[in-house]
Amino acid sequence: MCLGIPGKVISKREGDLAEVDFGGVRREVSLMLCPEAEVGDYVLVHVGFAIQRLEEEEALETLKLFEEIAKSLERE
Amino acid sequence: MKGNKGTREERVASALLREIGRLLRDPLQIMEVCGTHTVAIFRSGIRSLLPEGIELISGPGCPVCVTPTGEIDRAIALTERDGVILATFGDLMRVPGTDSSFIQRRAEGGDIRVILSPLEAVRMAEEERKRKVVFFAVGFETTSPAIAASVLEAERRGLDNFYLLSSQRLIPPAIEALLSGGKVAIDGFLLPGHVSVIIGKAPYGFIAERFGVPGVITGFEPLDILEGILMLVRQRREGRAEIQIQYRRAVKEEGNPRARELMEQVFTPVDSRWRGLGTIPESGLSLREEFSRMKAEEAFDLPYIERPDPPGCLCGEVLQGVKAPPDCPLFGGRCTPQSPVGPCMVSSEGTCAAYYKYGGSR
Repeated sequence: MCLGIPGKVISKREGDLAEVDFGGVRREVSLMLCPEAEVGDYVLVHVGFAIQRLEEEEALETLKLFEEIAKSLERE
Repeated sequence: MKGNKGTREERVASALLREIGRLLRDPLQIMEVCGTHTVAIFRSGIRSLLPEGIELISGPGCPVCVTPTGEIDRAIALTERDGVILATFGDLMRVPGTDSSFIQRRAEGGDIRVILSPLEAVRMAEEERKRKVVFFAVGFETTSPAIAASVLEAERRGLDNFYLLSSQRLIPPAIEALLSGGKVAIDGFLLPGHVSVIIGKAPYGFIAERFGVPGVITGFEPLDILEGILMLVRQRREGRAEIQIQYRRAVKEEGNPRARELMEQVFTPVDSRWRGLGTIPESGLSLREEFSRMKAEEAFDLPYIERPDPPGCLCGEVLQGVKAPPDCPLFGGRCTPQSPVGPCMVSSEGTCAAYYKYGGSR
């Protein structure tokens, strides 16, 4: 039940609302819990609320780390 | 490994698995606390890929599963009152109460509506001013800030027909109860990623400090889970017990302070009953005094009546990691996802449902 789905903020609307794109499907999401999210940011959405801005740098870092682990295996 | 990422993901997965095998010294029992992890682990086949010596056990992190029968019955009783609309998340619809379920009550004419967001319950109350809308709010810390936001929104819109039946629970006190209970030996925890988005790292500190058990806040992709397991194995190997964050792209050390602020503004911790774990101090959330008008149990005078679990059902033991679903005499026979006896078979994130669907064995 604690599913969180990443989406991209497309536009901000009145109040705390924003339009968020989930791989082609757009939904209205509340930014009340994550007011720092800006247009273009990726956010994690749970039950209609953005609960965190996703850190692109950290995501890339994780990917890089995975890549390094794979490479180190190939060298062995 | 199943999945559509092709060879790159497989390559990384086999590297992580190999490193786990290389560092593993003694057998380890690792608990994945969260139901979303349980499903991800089964779906990706991780259990069958791990080196011998690592056993994954599922914990109490499925909100629907840990809601005791008495609370389900109380919510079902509400649907018999005149003018009441009960709004709740879809996961609850098929959970059996003592004599009925929401889906059965709806077939009998009860007005029960499935919502995807707490704000839908607020809109419903605004559109149906002559009815009383009760939001049966089940969830952990991931969901509580959104539930708090709905309460504040109902207040802002001046809705006097919006009520909350709170069945919210907190994860750290449940982990503490499991560790203090000592019924199951746990060498490390895969900690729930999305609960931690809200609460951050600090509330888990006691796991390492008081119990000497490592924990890793882990994401939900198969590679996240393997890295989380690797981090636990490495800590054990080096004799460390710390709380670490693997799911760094979403979880900050401090969590989401804004979300916690809203939770604290609206709710106060109370003792709460958990299926399987009994009453755990300060492990639930109740509306604060200033919002007491919205408390459904008071507005509708709904006493809590203790109800036994369904006869023969081992859900309570499964939730503590003491028993695995195949240990239950009802599993796969009288109890299946089509005809569930206990909530662990109903919820898509229930351990029994995951075992049944993906064919797990002890």
